[in-house]
Amino acid sequence: MTAAAAGAMSVGMSAVTQSLCAHCGQVAPGGARFCCPGCEAAFTTIQGMGLGRYYAERVLAPDARPPRPESNERWDLVRSIATDAKGRNELVVAVDGLQCGACVWLIEQALAREPGLVAGRVNMTTRRLRLVWDGATGQAERYVAAVERLGYRLIPYNAASLAASQDRTGRALIKALAVAGFAASNVMLSSVAVWAGLVQGMGPGTRGLMHWVSALIAMPAIAYAGQPFFRSAFAVLRRGRTNMDVPISIGVVLVTAVSLAETIRGGEHAYFDSAVSLLFFLLIGRVLDHVARGRARAAAEQLVTLRANDVAVLQADGSTQRLAAEAVAPGAMVLVAAGERIGVDGVVTAGNAPLDASLVTGESLPVAAGPGTSVFAGTVNLGAALTVRATATGAATLLAECVRLIEAAEARRGRFVVLADRVARRYAPTVHLAASLTFLWWWLAMAAPVSQALLTACAVLIITCPCALALAVPAVQVIATGRLFQQGILLKSATALERLAEVDTVVFDKTGTLTEPVLGLVDDGTLDRAALRIAAGLAAASRHPLSRSLVEAAGPVVALDDVREIPGQGLQAGALRLGSRAFAGDATAAAAAGPELWLARPGQPAVCFRFDERLRADAVETVARLKSMGLAIILASGDRPEAVGRIAATLGIVEWRAAQSPVEKVALVERLRAEGKRVLMVGDGLNDGPSLAAASVSASPATAADVSQTVADVIFQGNRLGPVAETLTVARRAKSVMGQNIVLSLAYNAIMLPLAVCGTITPWLAAAAMSSSSLLVMGNSFRLRRRA
Amino acid sequence: MTTMLFLILLSIVLGGAGLAVFLWALRSGQYDDLTGAANRILFDDPPKP
Repeated sequence: MTAAAAGAMSVGMSAVTQSLCAHCGQVAPGGARFCCPGCEAAFTTIQGMGLGRYYAERVLAPDARPPRPESNERWDLVRSIATDAKGRNELVVAVDGLQCGACVWLIEQALAREPGLVAGRVNMTTRRLRLVWDGATGQAERYVAAVERLGYRLIPYNAASLAASQDRTGRALIKALAVAGFAASNVMLSSVAVWAGLVQGMGPGTRGLMHWVSALIAMPAIAYAGQPFFRSAFAVLRRGRTNMDVPISIGVVLVTAVSLAETIRGGEHAYFDSAVSLLFFLLIGRVLDHVARGRARAAAEQLVTLRANDVAVLQADGSTQRLAAEAVAPGAMVLVAAGERIGVDGVVTAGNAPLDASLVTGESLPVAAGPGTSVFAGTVNLGAALTVRATATGAATLLAECVRLIEAAEARRGRFVVLADRVARRYAPTVHLAASLTFLWWWLAMAAPVSQALLTACAVLIITCPCALALAVPAVQVIATGRLFQQGILLKSATALERLAEVDTVVFDKTGTLTEPVLGLVDDGTLDRAALRIAAGLAAASRHPLSRSLVEAAGPVVALDDVREIPGQGLQAGALRLGSRAFAGDATAAAAAGPELWLARPGQPAVCFRFDERLRADAVETVARLKSMGLAIILASGDRPEAVGRIAATLGIVEWRAAQSPVEKVALVERLRAEGKRVLMVGDGLNDGPSLAAASVSASPATAADVSQTVADVIFQGNRLGPVAETLTVARRAKSVMGQNIVLSLAYNAIMLPLAVCGTITPWLAAAAMSSSSLLVMGNSFRLRRRA
Repeated sequence: MTTMLFLILLSIVLGGAGLAVFLWALRSGQYDDLTGAANRILFDDPPKP
């Protein structure tokens, strides 16, 4: 045994004081300043640039990726670079490992020392770095390397997802809000003058002037800021439906027209202030709603981007080139390193290795692959490097097949009508009928002049304009979305909350959903702790999934020096070996069902570490909580019956199905829905994608396959299952607050409507009532912020 | 009356200027990264060589 290994063993066994790496803050080998050479280099680089202040200022977030340089990823950057006519290049990359303001400062200062760079700026909200430079596109490699050297991971965005995130709607909404705000405050100024004039005695000439000023400000503002509502109202009317924007648009347009007529006539009352402030309040609701959901969507997109991987394509001359998975031509030879995710569908041509296909098929045990085996994008290589020949890309892949199933399921699902629109369907005709009747009554029965009858009818429209009603739902949505976001739950769809609140059945996938996405070490009480610590010391040098599980199970360990990775076999440091049965194990021991690692030490029998899937830490508790909420729980998995049955028994789930194909899962969900059940589907695999789309509402963990994550309405981060129950609880409370809000705003209308019909409403009363009811509804929504 | 007309016009022009500045700030991306802006003020640029 080498001295180093012996020393490490004694350290490992007695768990001597641990020091933290000066750069990344992770555990460093006994007393050392750095955990790895990469961190040491990063530290030296930073000090060399005179940016040592970074260490004093930074705050390391425990849940973020530590800034440890891992330079084994190479990206095809060129496809993401946009070059304009003047030869100026722009590249936007996602930054993984951004912890606090100090990181932003460090990255920007390091880039400022790079020659040729015009702009290198980090957006902390979206966690993106934008690089702008003149000249050769190849310079990008250099800038990216300069940042990766500091310990961050940079992943290029593909052009399509970048364009989608430009968010034109959001900007248009904020502009409309600004214009409405400007107009509302200025119109209100002249209105207050008019109202004061009612008491103090303002001449008709001055009043007329004030009305004209209001008209000139209000009308262009309404024409501009009202567009989001007018467009939406027009679109639904054309399809013969109605929504909340219809009464809003009709109300605003009519009120403006009548006020204009009154102004021309020199009348006493004009309602420009009500019309403009109505738009202003409603736009506040829309903007907040858009921002909250945009943040959740951006975070979800970031998750997918951070996991994207390029594919190493073998060239004719034997070198490899990194390409985006979609750029790989059929027939190309792709190298898949140990621990890497396979990027394309194909056939193995060389190499033998177990594959983790859980994300594709739901199968928890690794499957063996050798020359001739078909493999699918999304499986993880657990063994030695493989060479895969890419088969037909595009429509023939498993992914494309799943996307087709998803589209079919979505088409059958039918449109969900949101609460606000269901209310609007009854509300709009009622209001318009009331206004018409008021007009007829004043004109025919009371023999009032047409203009006065019309004005009274308009007062009815103004007072019933659904300001509070239109805020009732979005205000709740904003607060609920924000609250869930803080807990790492991303609500992507606007209607998801309402659909979640109605759920009565939850269908769970097993592998990767109820269980953790990576295999865990089996600890049946006979585990040799000392051996585990030594094994973990070896495994710390490897990125292999089993090695990582081993390190995680062992807790903080000291990484051994001089560990060599022997491809396809295992790890070696001096006389210590960790790896396959053939490499380090006891060939005479009974074969195990699952994957295993063996540790060989001189003079001692080999130790076997077995791995199996492991339930999420709070799975039992969460399932019990869901049951106590009165929900029916069903387990549907693509895995073998023994594995599924065991998990179902542990969790107390009575109804379970095993060996389900994606089509069978969809059929199960659709049968439940046909029985009138509202189904929440929780799944992570490619095989769950179609059933996620078929369910009333769907959720995925952040580790889910890209397609599933795109389809799911809710994405929850972290290693726990609790967010599923939390989301349902918040959704139910949100639904009840929405109900209260609607009742509140309808009650306000019920009180004010008779006053309006009698013609006793004045503009100042209308403005005051409208603002106070909106504030009441918003205030009620804020109650959701309190923890239950 | 003339005074009032003048004052009304003045208030609209001033308000309009405020609106124009806001729209310009929005267009030039100053509201794109509010978290970053809040953190950046804590760090000085090192002196330029």
